[in-house]
Amino acid sequence: MTDVFDTQTHERAEAIIARYPQARSALLPMLHLVQSVQGFVSQAGIAFCAQKLDLSTAEVSAVATFYTMYKRKPCGEHLVSVCTNTLCAALGGDAIYTRLKEHLGSDTPDGKPLGHEETVGTPGESGSVTLEHAECLAACDLGPVLQVNYEYYDNLTEDKAVELVDALRAGDKPAPTRGAPLRDFKTAELELAGFFPEDEETYRSTVDAPTAAEETVRGARMAADNGWTAPAMPAKVAMPEVQKK
Amino acid sequence: MTEPRKPAPVTPVLTKTWLSPRSWTLDTYTKLEGYTALPKALKASPEQLVQLVKDSGLRGRGGAGFPAGVKWSFMPPNEDKPHYLVINADEGEPGTCKDIPLMMADPHSLIEGCVIASYAMRAHHCFIYVRGEALHCIRRLNAAVREAYQAGYLGKNILDSGFDLDIVVHPGAGAYICGEETALLDSLEGRRGQPRLKPPFPAAAGLYAAPTTVNNVETIASVPFIVNGGSDWFREMGTEKSPGPKIYSISGHVEKPGQYEAPLGTTLRDLLELAGGMKDGIPLKFWTPGGSSTPMFTAEHLDVPLDFEGAAEAGSMLGTTAVQVFNETVSVPWAVMKWTQFYKHESCGKCTPCREGTYWLTQILERMVAGNGTEADIDTLLDVCDNVLGRSFCALGDGAVSPITSGIQYFRDEFLALCDKQKAAPALAGAQA
Ligand SMILES: Cc1cc2nc3c(=O)[nH]c(=O)nc-3n(C[C@H](O)[C@H](O)[C@H](O)COP(=O)(O)O)c2cc1C
Ligand code: SF4
Ligand code: FES
Repeated sequence: MTDVFDTQTHERAEAIIARYPQARSALLPMLHLVQSVQGFVSQAGIAFCAQKLDLSTAEVSAVATFYTMYKRKPCGEHLVSVCTNTLCAALGGDAIYTRLKEHLGSDTPDGKPLGHEETVGTPGESGSVTLEHAECLAACDLGPVLQVNYEYYDNLTEDKAVELVDALRAGDKPAPTRGAPLRDFKTAELELAGFFPEDEETYRSTVDAPTAAEETVRGARMAADNGWTAPAMPAKVAMPEVQKK
Repeated sequence: MTEPRKPAPVTPVLTKTWLSPRSWTLDTYTKLEGYTALPKALKASPEQLVQLVKDSGLRGRGGAGFPAGVKWSFMPPNEDKPHYLVINADEGEPGTCKDIPLMMADPHSLIEGCVIASYAMRAHHCFIYVRGEALHCIRRLNAAVREAYQAGYLGKNILDSGFDLDIVVHPGAGAYICGEETALLDSLEGRRGQPRLKPPFPAAAGLYAAPTTVNNVETIASVPFIVNGGSDWFREMGTEKSPGPKIYSISGHVEKPGQYEAPLGTTLRDLLELAGGMKDGIPLKFWTPGGSSTPMFTAEHLDVPLDFEGAAEAGSMLGTTAVQVFNETVSVPWAVMKWTQFYKHESCGKCTPCREGTYWLTQILERMVAGNGTEADIDTLLDVCDNVLGRSFCALGDGAVSPITSGIQYFRDEFLALCDKQKAAPALAGAQA
């Protein structure tokens, strides 16, 4: 059998292991690395991690199945995760998820609404989209939210969400509200594994992509506008005296 | 003596630089006095820093509010084994949304805090365990760590002090339980994220069975400011037992949701005023003071001081100051069902009360919300909650019953109304879900 993982992937796996005092700590990022190659955690991916870390495949499987971000079936070009936790749900997140299930499902051979972690289109091909519902995405002040490949799209409505997935289906990549210019699921997984664009300009453009949502800076802006500040710090601060050990 | 000054309603310390252009870069951070605390800290002794943080009264910002300086003092003074500092950046408690904006806007204050805290605890390895879904944070943190190495704030012999520190940004993979500190350590060791039995506490046997301290992002990001301002300055904000500023995250049915950094002890009434009041003037119905695991409050609790003591005295907890605000259009049983589904999904399965309890609680609530419940279901719910609370292996189980018990305490009528199909109650959002 030929190795589905190329030399570069092997080198990357070694680089991950080198980050940690103990090799096994590399397992989570390494599973992200596996997904960056295959779009899911395959048996080959499990064997790859097991071999690199000197673990049994059963041990690796037990870990891979514990975490929701490791997918058991190939993901589409894009992974769309809609927050349906209580707060977003009350603001329209449940309705967005239902609408996307139906809307994307109408594009499948059987026309039925998409289920959790189901895909429209063919994984590996442009415009394929996997849909899932997600727990609170730590963006409640910007709800309802969804993520595409873990980049944030904030303050959504049903219509905006439909427009967004239509664009993804057509092969477009609308910019997230907060996060780097959209690429694909596999690239996101590569970044999670800790590998970023090598070209400095591209790299900075991802790091510097916008984030300052009005909600995020609201308190700070209100303080600035009203001249409110924290108490001034004293000019000189002495360290407390302690008994020498 | 002069009257103690009353701080402004919003006191930006951690959030102060967030308005600056490219606030996440080393350039901006150093222009705004970033990395000025580090040289002072490295000239002090580790014991002095621990004492300073104790004196400041800084309490953990991850939910439990344990005094940070006291936790640090549990680390052994010797270095028989390597010491580790682990930053809990797993932010997953429903409603909580402060650490992720903090790390996106100002990763360097966290990194500077990590260096100071590591020096104080004699750690030479620090891990920042970031929730996997927070990809952009991971990107910003990695970039900031890279910049800090280049500038000599990380690596060998930091600022010529002889102190060495490496920081690794570690990605999680989607599991709320990994925010629990011992589950986090198992996860960081490449295992399923399941809590460990305590004791031993992490300071005795944590990561790789070596002395470890786990602290929240906001806790550690506060440290450089305490070094620069001193403990008395820090105590000018907040209350005697809950000093300092705190990022309150206001979400839901308010006009202007967002992050508001205010002195601890601020009330919801004050926060609502900052947030422009209830959205479209629709009255408040219920709210959480600090995430879904903290028992809900109602309009009766507008004047509860939101500090550790105030929230507890009123029957809840401060938690993560994730203030989720719901108006009269939302069904309480529905909201409770949604949260319970969350806990069921996130239960790690290690202990029976939580694994089985969350399963049955979800079944009953789903049935009730679908209109097929009976009055006896309310008692069954409370009964099951009683068997989960205090009997679960970790605090997830306790948190899981909070919405249910508090929901029934304040809104029993609404649960009862669900049991009576005949009574045509006004349609509340979600009640038919
Ligand atoms: C189920 C569960 C989830 C938790 N999630 C987080 C989290 O995401 N971030 C966090 O800092 N603390 C979380 N905690 C609290 C941690 O166990 C721990 O108390 C905290 O990280 C300690 O840091 P601190 O003292 O600086 O607050 C969680 C606890 C439980 C029981
Ligand atoms: S209380 Fe729940 S999450 Fe905690 S150990 Fe038990 S099953 Fe796992
Ligand atoms: S509830 Fe949706 S981001 Fe928190």
